[in-house]
Amino acid sequence: MSGAQIEIQLIGIVVAAACALPGVFLVLRGMAMMSDAISHTVLLGIVLGFLATGDLESPWLLFGAAAMGLLTVSLTELLNRTRLVKHDAAIGLVFPALFSIAVILISRFARGVHLDTDAVLLGELAFAPFDRLMLFGSLLPRSLVVMGAIALVNLVFIAAFYKELKLATFDAGLAAALGFSPALIHYGLMGLVSITAVGAFDAVGSILVVAFMVAPAAAAYLLTDKLERMLLYSVGLGAAGAVGGYWMAHLMDANIAGSMATMIGVLFLLCLLFAPQRGLLAVAARQRRQRWEFAQAMLAIHLLHHEGTPEAEVENRLDHLQDHLRWEPAFAHNVVQRADERGLVRLENGSLHLTEAGRGLATTMLADKR
Amino acid sequence: MDTKQLAVQVADLTVAYQEKPVLWDVDLDVPQGVLMAIVGPNGAGKTTMLKAILGLLTPAAGHVSIFGKPYQQQRGLVGYVPQRGSVDWDFPTSVLDVVMMGNYGKLGWLRRPGAADRKAALSALEKVGMADYADRQISQLSGGQQQRTFLARALMQDAQVYFMDEPFQGVDATTERAIVDLLKELRAQGKTVLAVHHDLQTVPEYFDWVLLLNVRRIASGPVNEVFTDENLRSAYGGRVGFLNKRQDHESA
Repeated sequence: MSGAQIEIQLIGIVVAAACALPGVFLVLRGMAMMSDAISHTVLLGIVLGFLATGDLESPWLLFGAAAMGLLTVSLTELLNRTRLVKHDAAIGLVFPALFSIAVILISRFARGVHLDTDAVLLGELAFAPFDRLMLFGSLLPRSLVVMGAIALVNLVFIAAFYKELKLATFDAGLAAALGFSPALIHYGLMGLVSITAVGAFDAVGSILVVAFMVAPAAAAYLLTDKLERMLLYSVGLGAAGAVGGYWMAHLMDANIAGSMATMIGVLFLLCLLFAPQRGLLAVAARQRRQRWEFAQAMLAIHLLHHEGTPEAEVENRLDHLQDHLRWEPAFAHNVVQRADERGLVRLENGSLHLTEAGRGLATTMLADKR
Repeated sequence: MDTKQLAVQVADLTVAYQEKPVLWDVDLDVPQGVLMAIVGPNGAGKTTMLKAILGLLTPAAGHVSIFGKPYQQQRGLVGYVPQRGSVDWDFPTSVLDVVMMGNYGKLGWLRRPGAADRKAALSALEKVGMADYADRQISQLSGGQQQRTFLARALMQDAQVYFMDEPFQGVDATTERAIVDLLKELRAQGKTVLAVHHDLQTVPEYFDWVLLLNVRRIASGPVNEVFTDENLRSAYGGRVGFLNKRQDHESA
């Protein structure tokens, strides 16, 4: 691996970590789409900052972008509060408006400057190692330094306010009653998202920012019940997506950011299918098992109901189940066989008898349904 | 009455959404050490009243004081049990973690809960009969267990006045019994509880004070004085199914 290859992957990992941390809270708050809005509208802040200072390197661009991120959030909430527009529609109204103003400003006043809209959407990671700056006596890729700093800010913020973020996300009412301002926490988090989006979009573009914020968090949510682990897994999944995406781009000679976003999507899909408890396969297997167990319980209850009565000879026969329980013959055979294997029933000359265990199951099931 | 004796004092409280009043000029004095049920028909403003007292929404007019001072200065004395359905029970966290949230107010900003908080949370869980569930993921709880988790969290707040929004809503008989015992224990310790309640029949059994609310305050005071047919009729209007049952019961 060349130095540039390693650097590009490092940048990818750092961007993934920086995005995944606030992304977890966005996903838990049901605000994933806010990352999409903010990662686009920050462009307006950058353009305005550039027009004011005439300098693409000015730190004012970062402030302008962060302010625009917060403006996006508050405009969305303002629209939502009129009760005339729903929350998702409010995002859909605010973000294209601010983004398109930015696009117009670029095409009118900033043509020829490195602010083209393609780069905004997808970035160009391949060139990131060429843009370097001096730090601690060595020449480092600019994106790596900027995103490293932003990842650190995110980590420190979330570590410091972990308790407050958790409380305000789980129960904003109690947070407010206890004197923690949920609004302050909310805007703090949105500030982080904005700064992260600005830092990241230069290197990787806004699509990857959204992918890195939402997909790893959504995937980690399927894997664990603990918030700490969800944060850890999101960072890990994001980093894996970054490295995997880099090599996919390498093999296919494709856009790196696009490949990383795709790879993260693939990782999410794998979690969706194979997550141990919540994955689709696990859920399907559980439902199948429950279906058989329920059928066996029905069988046991049916047998118990007619046990020792004169009609038991007729009711409690294998070939009668299809009439009485409306079961297909094949299904009835299957259920009886499973119940037999579990030691719930005995089959003698086509008539069915409950065992002690079967009687126990039927009585507990009936008791539970009180 | 000496205001220092009053756990909660509400004066002229008015809350409006847009221009529609939800609470209209409500006055309420709650002495220390009572269990007060807040009852009234749907849309009477019961939850709104709790939220306005706790500063979760801004009233159009009125004052609230807790032991003679504004709520903002008395947060440490107040415990809050929101409606069970107001939070996302799929949130990735454990029962113990939720209970420890009750102590966050005392910890203040930045300070982390420690071993002492864990111990206090475990003993709060024990009081509501949920000690075995401490490490359980909250999405696995039944409705009654969720409610008891919330009560344990309120106990962690170690408050003087508790506000509970429908603590009995949709809970099983065991939980209902556990909550009643807990309320009585709180009263024995001199604490004050205001709870939004729906089941009129159990008001005299579970509570000793009652507020009848329907946008305006219909009546408030000791149950045996104000929980009368006349007051109930003026709070609930035509919907007096409960009253008819009660009369049948009395004449029988």
